[in-house]
Amino acid sequence: MPATVNRQTACYHCGEDCGDSKIRLEDKNFCCEGCKTVFQLLNDHGLCDYYDLNNNPGQSLRQTVRKNKFAFLEDDKIAAKLISFRNEEQTHISFYLPHIHCSSCLYLIEHLHKIHPGIVRTTVNFTRKEADVIFNHKKINLREVAELLTSIGYEPYICLNQLKERKPRLPRTMVYQLGVAGFCFVNIMLMSFPEYLGLANVEKSLLYTFRYLNLALSLPVLLFSAQPFYASARKSLQHKFLNIDAPIVLAIWVTFFRSVFEVLTDTGSGYFDSFSGIVFFMLIGRVLQDKTYQQLSFDRDYTAYFPIAITVLKEDKEVPVALPDIVPGQTLLIHNEELVPADGILTRGKAFIDYSFVTGESLPVLKEVGEIIYAGGKQTGGNMELLVVKEVSQSYLTRLWNQPGNQPEVEKSVSFVHLLSRYFTYIVLTVAISTAIYWWITDSSRLWPAVTAVLIIACPCALLLSSTFTNGNILRILGRNKLYLRNALAIEDIAAIDHIVFDKTGTLTTTQQHDIVYEGDTLSKSAQESIAALAAQSGHPLSKALVNHLGRNNCIVQGFHEKTGKGIEGLVNGDLFALGSELFITGKNSYAGGTRVYVSREGKLLGYFSFRNHYRTAVNALLQDLQSDFELSVISGDNAAERSTLRNLAGKKTTLLFNQQPADKSDYIRQLKKQDKKVMMIGDGLNDAIAMRESNIGIALAEDCNTFTPASDGILESAQLGKLHRFIRLCRANKQIILASFIMSIVYNIIGLYFAVQGNLSPLLAAILMPSSSISIIALTFGSTNIAAKWLRL
Amino acid sequence: MGVIILLLLASVFVAAIFLGGFIWSVKSGQYDDEYSPPVRMLFEDEPAKEISKK
Repeated sequence: MPATVNRQTACYHCGEDCGDSKIRLEDKNFCCEGCKTVFQLLNDHGLCDYYDLNNNPGQSLRQTVRKNKFAFLEDDKIAAKLISFRNEEQTHISFYLPHIHCSSCLYLIEHLHKIHPGIVRTTVNFTRKEADVIFNHKKINLREVAELLTSIGYEPYICLNQLKERKPRLPRTMVYQLGVAGFCFVNIMLMSFPEYLGLANVEKSLLYTFRYLNLALSLPVLLFSAQPFYASARKSLQHKFLNIDAPIVLAIWVTFFRSVFEVLTDTGSGYFDSFSGIVFFMLIGRVLQDKTYQQLSFDRDYTAYFPIAITVLKEDKEVPVALPDIVPGQTLLIHNEELVPADGILTRGKAFIDYSFVTGESLPVLKEVGEIIYAGGKQTGGNMELLVVKEVSQSYLTRLWNQPGNQPEVEKSVSFVHLLSRYFTYIVLTVAISTAIYWWITDSSRLWPAVTAVLIIACPCALLLSSTFTNGNILRILGRNKLYLRNALAIEDIAAIDHIVFDKTGTLTTTQQHDIVYEGDTLSKSAQESIAALAAQSGHPLSKALVNHLGRNNCIVQGFHEKTGKGIEGLVNGDLFALGSELFITGKNSYAGGTRVYVSREGKLLGYFSFRNHYRTAVNALLQDLQSDFELSVISGDNAAERSTLRNLAGKKTTLLFNQQPADKSDYIRQLKKQDKKVMMIGDGLNDAIAMRESNIGIALAEDCNTFTPASDGILESAQLGKLHRFIRLCRANKQIILASFIMSIVYNIIGLYFAVQGNLSPLLAAILMPSSSISIIALTFGSTNIAAKWLRL
Repeated sequence: MGVIILLLLASVFVAAIFLGGFIWSVKSGQYDDEYSPPVRMLFEDEPAKEISKK
């Protein structure tokens, strides 16, 4: 967080360390011109409240956005797909703004109309990080709106899958069903009280009123609120599998029709309170469990990564074209920091492709003119031109994604709760049938009351309640610790795993830092400064890392020139320094291991800097800890240069695999699964996405939960990786808690059945037993999950 | 005793109004974003002017 930076040098806008930059305005420091411009802009429009709400709320603007990045929004066809409404006066559009993070952001974006009169209104949805913008398109066009947002530091994220149909927002039906069930339940309880207390027998007319009102109130519950259970039970019967909802539907119907029968024949007041109570409590459990994390998306494919449009060169003119419309033979202009959307041949410029998305290798690869460049790579040095050889939908990355073998068969794992419930159902049916036979022989008039009472009391709702509430609470605890699971089944999948596969680059290591070691002739302080100054002239990621390592300074570099992909040379303090690849400095190419940058002075080799991945701090302890309980594998797209480091870190038993392509990774997982291993795959990028889908449970690591992560069963914030073992233990506790509460519910059932088989289950007894079993089970599950979490320090 | 029945109907009716209020509040999206509205109302000046019907 910015707060850790010393206030004296922290940028007033974004809070980043200003270093030695001397950009000042009045008494305020800024880290870069971009931040200062935003401040001036806000100051001019009287929006400086922005800075009063939070300290340093802005987004660093050191990385400038390319000028015509949003040119594609001028294309009507593309724009039409993004705009939600348009008339003569106004256009409505909603943007996804990933940078929204605090109330200042909210303030600034909602006051956009002060900066530009063309903006009519903006409304921010903080949870979804979306802004609905209404603007007058006569005064400002769509591109300018996007650029306006970008200029104040909130660059809209517009990606390819927004072109498809918009997903419906969270279904609200279940909330309505819950509300209706709660309303009916409470009123039925209210009107059942006279009956419980035995007062109603005095007044026959009152009694009938209460009963028929109860009947009327229970109809919405039967017809509307209980629908999720009908749907689930019907589905399970279609698949010839008895899931937990089937006996519940049976119990609901038996309770309802028995009650209707009693009311109509004037033999009793029925069990409407129990009936509506079951539905209400179970719906609470459902809603709790289904409460998904709105701001996270678990189902992503490559389209979430691709931009919406790309610049195509047509007769020397730059035309923005929507991605799906790109055809082979076109020439694409790929700018710095842009993703290559389709396979193509490099025709102009130097390609410096960062394939970390695809292969996991974090350092860029040099490609010369004539070489093929696969989709998914990111250009990192200047502009280049690309001749498309395959359409987007036929590209390497897309094909990899869509390969039939890579779409794992939908083998839905079945929760153990369902298996339990099956036995439960058989036992209940056996008890009911034996009761029926007994009363048929002894006193056939009591047969139906007894059998229906058995089915009412033995309703497996307690079982369902215990699993939904335990799962719901565990999901909540994990979410608090920044592990977001897709659904409750994932908890059981985590509890079952016995093999963990880690991706190396980006998962165990962080891509933001490198460990740099210098070997060679000792460097004097002035030599170090000269090298840093030279490296600062280059935009290459290795140079940037080197500058960070050696420290920025103000030495003047003269006559430098950079050979993209090879190295850089220049005069510093009168000496000719050169930095670059081995081939560039020494003329030989003998070392094939890790990444090195060689240095020479006046043509004489001084030594080299070797770059190593920086392992996350928690990794060492985590791997040591996990070894005792699990088999581990570390799988990497990088070369084997770090085998020994990793071996020390991960222990002897761990399998280490290097130079693995995405397809190799998923093959490896498939092999493990063939050996009946339950595999958890932890990865970060698109290169792991297929392996994550292939595994029993795939966890995507994200630097911050709002960045884009590949499709997975769970999203974990990378800073929390060290807690992984404790997360798994909590998931294992889940099963024990469900079993314990299940046993408790059986005790309740036995008490209830004792009365039920005798045929004298009174409505009062049912009214006490049903809610008290439900409530005590909810209390037990909540209490024990919280205790387990506390014990695990989560 | 007719009074009790009348009262009962009245109380159920009042409860139904609250149910209606609940459904309306869900429908109008009041629970979609729980952060923005409480923060928004603390801003000094009003952010919005006229807007035409969607």
